Amino acid sequence: MAYSEKVIEHYQKPQNVGSFGTSSDVKERSDIGVGIVGAPECGDVMQLQIKVDDAGKIEDAKFKCFGCGSAIASSSLATEWIKGRTVDEALAIKNTEIVEELALPPVKIHCSVLAEDSIRTAINDWKKKNGHEVEDDHHHH
Amino acid sequence: MTAQDTTIYFDHASTTPCDQRVVDAMLPYFTSIYGNSSSRNHAYGWEAEEGVDKARSQVAELLGAQPKEIIFTSGATESNNIAIKGAARMYAKAPAGSDNRGHIITAVHEHKAVIDPCRRLEREGFDVTFLEPGADGIITAQMVKDALRDDTILVSIMWANNELGTINEVPCIGKICKEHGAVFHTDATQWVGKLPTDVEADNIDLLSLSAHKMYGPKGIGALYVRRRRPRVRLEAIQDGGGHERGFRSGTLNVSSIVGLGAACAIAKEEMEADGERLKKLRDKLESELMSRLEVVEVNGHRDQRLPHMTNISFGFVEGESLMMGIKNIACSSGSACTSASLEPSYVLKALGVGDELAHSSLRLSLGRHTTEAEVDEAIEGITAAVEHLRAMSPLFDLWKEGVDISKIEWQSH
Repeated sequence: MAYSEKVIEHYQKPQNVGSFGTSSDVKERSDIGVGIVGAPECGDVMQLQIKVDDAGKIEDAKFKCFGCGSAIASSSLATEWIKGRTVDEALAIKNTEIVEELALPPVKIHCSVLAEDSIRTAINDWKKKNGHEVEDDHHHH
Repeated sequence: MTAQDTTIYFDHASTTPCDQRVVDAMLPYFTSIYGNSSSRNHAYGWEAEEGVDKARSQVAELLGAQPKEIIFTSGATESNNIAIKGAARMYAKAPAGSDNRGHIITAVHEHKAVIDPCRRLEREGFDVTFLEPGADGIITAQMVKDALRDDTILVSIMWANNELGTINEVPCIGKICKEHGAVFHTDATQWVGKLPTDVEADNIDLLSLSAHKMYGPKGIGALYVRRRRPRVRLEAIQDGGGHERGFRSGTLNVSSIVGLGAACAIAKEEMEADGERLKKLRDKLESELMSRLEVVEVNGHRDQRLPHMTNISFGFVEGESLMMGIKNIACSSGSACTSASLEPSYVLKALGVGDELAHSSLRLSLGRHTTEAEVDEAIEGITAAVEHLRAMSPLFDLWKEGVDISKIEWQSH
């Protein structure tokens, strides 16, 4: 399969790879939200960690991804897009925007869905830690 | 510029380049010796037939068969279809339209060109047992023996597996079938031309092969059909002019048949030396990757396998993204993302390889023109790509933290 230039760019130079600590490190930190979505047996796992300030703005985001090139590009792009946004603004990001930006073919749409899910899961994790109301935790596709 | 100028070819189990000597043998048959080999009444026909006869002998010689036992087909898929459907329908215990027409034994990790004909026969009233290999990928004679029934009419077990290169116990399986009176077919597509074949000593009744896996042209293959002790009969699939002893009607593809013959003759001379050389290169490839990287596993039996290929998993990285990182190496992956079905390799699954390792596998198959420099370049390239991907793999982090990934409850889709 031929990849779009943008997917190749993200694959070669992924943005914001990393984490703010191991899963046990960040578990207790109320400024960090963690979203791990996907499953190894399905061939993709995305881990998104967000660092949120008191005003609900995403100061920083880090990702790790086990998956195909499109999954890596989708999660890399997601971190770029959510940095500097408020959590509510980040929740408004739709997977279709990721599909469009990366020119993903139909068989790779699930990668963008996974990226959207990782954003929602990470934000919900942060919300729960901070006593905010969580809506639509079980989003279905 | 073509792929050849930029990309190392490590996908010989998929197809091979046509040997220049094969091409040279074929060329006159396009423009000068272009007769129909069935034309019995003029020189054009005779010289075409001579070419076909020579090729038939060359194929037979490589297999230890008689020339009359070789049927030319379009390739191993067609050979498998003719053999499996043809034998089942010929030796059926009950007429078409009824149930309990007979028992067939094959294996779950056969090529689709064997599995799908068997599935069709299931719908036609035959009963099929799909054997499961051990964790080493091998089908043993004992497994076949245990599955035999009074009504077993056909056993189809591949010689070497196309994804793993593992070698099944063909001579012993053939012996058991012979004693039982069941027809034994083997899909030898990956085997023939790589390791020696003797249909007599190996107890084979039907054998499929393809030219393009052994430096011959695509679109041509052969089926060996035993004529003596016992004479194997088949119900033809394709009706017509009665070519190829009635097993496969249709004007013979003379130029390609000549190519197949030439490929077989070259293989007979060179396969031993090729195999020894490629085994050294394959072993170097594996041992270097395993010493440079953690959690690297070779899938399938380590010794009982073809010398020129490896199926190797790199934990915590996904196969398609790995292939993206080694753009200059043409190979295959067991990853779901590289298959049309989006399922990870059913062959690796049959071995009990965990899905996450199946997603992480590469099949690297070397060939006649592979150089040590290419192997060295691949070692560097694969190592760098795996390290690049592990640096961003959440699974690699978990493993380093000592977390058992299989015990995590994943939120799957």
